[in-house]
Order: sequence, then structure tokens, then C-alpha cells
Amino acid sequence: MDFYREEILEHWRNPQNFGEMKKPDVVIEQVNPLCGDEVKFFFKIKKGRIEKVSFTGSGCAISMASASMLSEAVKNRRVSDLELVTGQDVLGLVGDKITPARLKCAFLPLEAVRKLGSSNKAKGQAFA
Amino acid sequence: MIDGVKVRKDFPILDRKVNGKKIAYLDSAATSQKPRQVIEAISDYYQKSNANIHRGIHTLSLEATEAYEGARKKVAEFVGVSDPAEIIFVRSTTEAINLVAYSWGRLNIDKGDEIVLTVAEHHSNFVPWQQLAAENGAVIKVVPLRPIRGSQGKLIDINGELDILAFRKALTKKTKLVTFFHVSNVLGTVNDVQRLAFSVKRLAPQALVLVDGAQAVAHMPVDIDSIGCDFYAFSGHKMLGPTGIGVLWARREILEQMAPFQFGGEMISKVTLEKSTWNDLPWKFEAGTPNIEGAIGLGAAVDYLTELGMENVRKHEIELTRYALEKLTKIPEVVIYGPSYYSSRQRREVTAKNNINSKVSSPRHLADRTINRAGVVSFNIGNIPPHDVASILDSEGVEIRSGYNCAEPLARFLGSGPVARVSFYIYNTREEVDRLVEGILKVREVFGIVGKWDSGKKKPRINLQSNHPTILHT
Repeated sequence: MDFYREEILEHWRNPQNFGEMKKPDVVIEQVNPLCGDEVKFFFKIKKGRIEKVSFTGSGCAISMASASMLSEAVKNRRVSDLELVTGQDVLGLVGDKITPARLKCAFLPLEAVRKLGSSNKAKGQAFA
Repeated sequence: MIDGVKVRKDFPILDRKVNGKKIAYLDSAATSQKPRQVIEAISDYYQKSNANIHRGIHTLSLEATEAYEGARKKVAEFVGVSDPAEIIFVRSTTEAINLVAYSWGRLNIDKGDEIVLTVAEHHSNFVPWQQLAAENGAVIKVVPLRPIRGSQGKLIDINGELDILAFRKALTKKTKLVTFFHVSNVLGTVNDVQRLAFSVKRLAPQALVLVDGAQAVAHMPVDIDSIGCDFYAFSGHKMLGPTGIGVLWARREILEQMAPFQFGGEMISKVTLEKSTWNDLPWKFEAGTPNIEGAIGLGAAVDYLTELGMENVRKHEIELTRYALEKLTKIPEVVIYGPSYYSSRQRREVTAKNNINSKVSSPRHLADRTINRAGVVSFNIGNIPPHDVASILDSEGVEIRSGYNCAEPLARFLGSGPVARVSFYIYNTREEVDRLVEGILKVREVFGIVGKWDSGKKKPRINLQSNHPTILHT
């Protein structure tokens, strides 16, 4: 299984930014009903930028590692940039050896993060 | 006994490779593979007798009708039903249960009436009732699994068997429908359906009993007439037949009183601009052109299984399941759900070690529970996500299921989260079980488990407060 790189397993064992956030500005939840994977992102936004991010959730190693890596990648990014993050970007993080059957797992956190880009609350914050 | 080599030759798909490895198909509880005889019966029908049934007087139509109705008779005989008109062809178990919920349920279950079901039902035997209750204010009572308690009543395990006391307690004068699985698609538990149906008829005689037989008919001799239930549902594709064909059985008196589920061609007797009257059984419930090829394929599957003998099928699966449990319990990180001799033995070891309640090792618990267990084994390996387990096994050609197995309430009840599930059928071998075990060792290697591992993490955690059924008011 080429895609279980040590880096993936390390992120699964010790996920970055894992845990609930006190008083977040936006909370976004994404679920994959097929396998039961779920992820919940918490964001603190200041002047249109992601000041703080954290996530909770449960699921396979791929989805959790992807969430962990993505949370690192979006820190300090502009909220308006998030709509531009692509699946290819995620594969750049988690590795391009992911098999088609597992793409859904790798992309679950991305779907949540993209939703932030289009969330009204975040937009309101962006112009505050 | 089943001649494994001979049986495997009938299943062309078993020759193929997956990811460069020989396939070990251990997901028959999801759907079975199809023997050549079934595939040929379907292709023969299309090549030689394809026509719409019950409509033409031409030769092809007559032949097609004969094949379709012939399949109904075969199925009836196979499941011990003396009147073939009680066999309604539907799309699946799911459709069969929905038919009962729509046609019988909506006329007979009112606000405040009670529906009793178990916490281990497949979504297809839970959501239709949950939906009905949400619509009309009926009450759902959920029967838990039996807890095994140690000293001070502390819960130490559950063995995947229904809590019979809670089941009886759930039955009242208001009970209108009682439904339960014959074989659990997650735990492999085989319910004593005859005994359960008998309890219902004694304690709540006004209630009807529906048995979900999706995981049973393919794997053991089933004699519906002798169960004492009112509805029985099962699917063709889990018993070597094609997808899109299933069966609802109900007693004639009930079917006659029930309103049709769908309206259209075939199901009518007479149609005028003002009104219509309904066809006789079973056609009253088979609106539109039915799945003719499906029924014919199912008929061929029944022939195949009859030839093997269902007693032999059952023996083969007990033997494989016993072997698998024996092997899997030797891997320290593996937690197995459902009834098993080995989990009882482990339990005895645990109780002996902790010196708790010796009652737990009563003779009843020494019994070999593979007898009460079908060829389904769900497990977890430490806290490795089952999805990853299935992925790595797939890279070794071993095909298993992972997730909630369409029984999310059960996973919550057990505190198991998603699980990995293997399931066996007539074409599976000991060698395939060995490959599963090798695959699991590979999973451990990928995830870097060496030696000690916190296997307690995913042990069943039960949020059971009492032996009483959970009551859901919507």
C-alpha cells in the first residue's frame, strides 16, 4: 500500500490542530455517510484571514491525515483563497498515490474547507 | 459436505485477479457471486424466450410466463411455503419491508400504537418504521442485546444475542407490529425466530410479526410456514441470484386484506373510467412488467442451492466461521463482535484473572456459540480505522466490507464505531481465511504495530442503562 507513507501515519497518530476551539467564528461539519467519516473544522477569522484553525472528527487514516495537513496549509491564508483550493492541491499534500476508491476520504476535509470560502459568516468577517 | 473445488469451478468470477493477486471474496453478506448456471439461465431466457408475461397468447409469451411462474413455485418450495400465491416478487428485502410499511402499516398502525424492533436491525428494517412513526405518531420500542454482567452488576460484555427479557417486556396491548432479523448482517447472530414469534403470539396476540430474512435464506434451511410469523422478506442477490429481485411472503388472509402498493398494469382485474378492481394474489402486488429475468435467475439459484443441500451449506459455513474465529482470536489486537465460543472463553479468562463473578462461567457460556452464529464475523484491529483495514486487504486481493454495514444504531449501541466485516459462502475456503489472517498481519505492519498495543481502546462500550427497551417518541 504505497499511499500509507510514514508522513500520513504520523499525521494520523498525532494530528495537528486537533481539538475543539473556544468561541470560533465559523464551524463547518462534513460527513461521509458511506463510511461514517466525519470532520468538523473551527475557524477564527481576522481581517479576512484565517487566524486560527482546528478540527475534530473520526474516520480513516487518510481522511484524518488529510484534515491535519490541510489545517496546517490554510493557516494565515485569505478566506477568499479557499474556494480556489483544488483536489490536486490536496493530493500534493497527502501524496498522489491515493487510489480512486480512497479519493473521497482524502477530499472530505477539502469539502469542509471550501465551504468556508462560500460561507456568509466568513464573508461578513472578511469585510469587517 | 460441499465439494469446494467443484463449487468454485461454477463461479467464473473467482478466477480473476485483484491488484495482481488471486481474489478472496469475503463479502457475500453484501452480495453473493453468481454461478454459471444462474448467468446462463438469464442469458438463455433472453436468447430463447424473451417476451412480456401474462399478456400475449403467442408462444414466447407463454414460455416466459411459464418460466416466471415456475420460478415462483420453486422459491415457495425452497422456503417451505405451501401456497405459491403468497410469494410476492419485489425488488429486494428493502422493497418488501417498504411494501408492508406503506400498504399494511399505514392502514393498521395509528398514533400511540407500538412497533417493536431490535437495536441490531439493518437500516432497511428500521428507517421505514421510523418514518411511519414520524408521520403518524406511532411509538417505536427498541429491544437491546443481552448484557453480561460481572460483580456489582458491572457490564463486562455483550454476546450479540437479543435480550429476551427486554423483548418480552416490550410487548403490550398496544403492540401492532413486531419485527426482527433472522440473521444479523453485522454480528452474525441467528435469532430463534420461532421462539420469538411464539412469544409475540402469546403476549401480544393482536400484533403481526415481520422477519427480515435477508441474511438467512441463502445460508441455512428456512421453513417459513413453521416459523409462525406473518411477513417474511428476503433478497435474491444474496443467494446466488441476480440483483433487483426479492421476495415478500405474507399469509394469504393478510395479503387479501392489504391494499395494493403500486397501481398500473398487471395488478388490476377490471378498469373502467370510474373505478378499478384488483387482480388475484400474488399479481395484485406486482404492478407493471416485473423483473422476469430476475425471477428466472432466482429460480436457477434455488435449483443450485437445492442440489447442494442447505444443511450442507450451513455446515460448510459453521466450519469456516469456527476456523476464522479460532485464527482471529489469536491476534491480540483483534476485537470480535457477536456470539462466539472464543469470546466466551476469553471472557472466562478475564473473569478468572480479575477474580470477578464466577457465575459468568456457567455451563451456558461454555457452549459453542458458532451454532447460533452465521458466517459473518465483524471485528476491529486495535484502533486502526476499518476503512484502512479493508483498503490494505484489497491490495492483497482479499475483499471485505468496512463501515457501519447499514446498521448505524447498532454501532452506536456497541460503541464499536465502524467495523471490518468478513462473510462466508459456499465457495470460500480455509485457504482464504489464512490469506485474511496474513492480510491482517500486513495491516499491523503498515500501521507499525509491534508487540504491545492498546487493544482496550475499541472494546465494546455499552451505554445500556437497564434491561428495558428504549422507547422512541417522535
